[in-house]
Amino acid sequence: MKYMLTLVVATLAGFLARLYMLRRDYRQYPSYPQGWAIHLFLGFIGGAIGAVIVPAVLEGDYSAISFLLLAASQFREVRNVERQTLASMEATEMVKRGTAYIEGIARVFEARNYLAIWVALSVAIASELLVSIGLWRVGVSAVVGVILAMGLVRLMQGDQICDIATVELSEIKFDGGLVLIGETVMMNVGLPDSRKVYEERALAGIIRPNGPNAKATLANLGQMQAIAHDVSSMIGVYMDVGEQEFIPMVRRSPSTGSLHVLMVPSERDEDAFLAAIRRVPILEGAIRKPLTSEAGKMID
Amino acid sequence: MDKQILAVIAVDPTTVGGGAPIFYARDKDELAEIALLISRIFGAAAHDLNNDVMIIVKH
Repeated sequence: MKYMLTLVVATLAGFLARLYMLRRDYRQYPSYPQGWAIHLFLGFIGGAIGAVIVPAVLEGDYSAISFLLLAASQFREVRNVERQTLASMEATEMVKRGTAYIEGIARVFEARNYLAIWVALSVAIASELLVSIGLWRVGVSAVVGVILAMGLVRLMQGDQICDIATVELSEIKFDGGLVLIGETVMMNVGLPDSRKVYEERALAGIIRPNGPNAKATLANLGQMQAIAHDVSSMIGVYMDVGEQEFIPMVRRSPSTGSLHVLMVPSERDEDAFLAAIRRVPILEGAIRKPLTSEAGKMID
Repeated sequence: MDKQILAVIAVDPTTVGGGAPIFYARDKDELAEIALLISRIFGAAAHDLNNDVMIIVKH
């Protein structure tokens, strides 16, 4: 029982770290409350694993440690589960997330469990190192946990579109059935009624990358689909099932590397539209850094 | 992502031919009307080829 305090404090720290990392935003993912229950329980297991490792080492019980590490590797399954859930829900999305976005989300959920384990482990280590100061160690190890959790979350935070590009409104032009932004053909809208909707309600934006790295990142198809999905989930989209001509479009201008976004939002608000584009996360799997290569530097 | 032409609608019979189902319209208004109906039936997009021919494409 001499490790009870350490176990309880560290497990709780891992659990709370997982809770802190769960965020409810416009995506509503993980869904509330069932999705939360799943992830909080996994966070609790992660916290318990991180907490038990320290007493196991101190007692020299190395077979226990092996089993704990084996248990930790089960968190890989989280990624598969998330991927399957999101992929099976993809058919019900008006604007698809795209496989790259799904992979990104699945990876984040796996990683967050490992972060919970790290927090629990560090709290357990702090608690055991400070056995001499009695109950005060609870406070000190709690501070260690808070600092580590906040630091890790900060490190794990990815960029958004506004960090790598400038976003502006652009003008929509029509040429017969074609809808153009600048010189880039976005789509062919055949029906006169649909064209009228575009003339009256559509909004267009241009995403200009800041430099070659951003340009290469924005060229990713998954990133482009993620922009279409996220902007429509933030400001709503004016379409019904089967109205393919109103699906938000993201097209790339080959000459400049800029992205053109064309959509018919449910409410025509230019500021909200731009704010939504700026807030779209950059997918981890889309990031490219050509400038770190010799050839990339030569082109720049 | 396999796109498929589901139907072709034309005013002038000499401008079209081939394998997809072809619908003839009397004038431009009827062309747009038929295109709207067919595109809503299939949940597909109507595209204008600017020569009084429209195609219904499933994306």
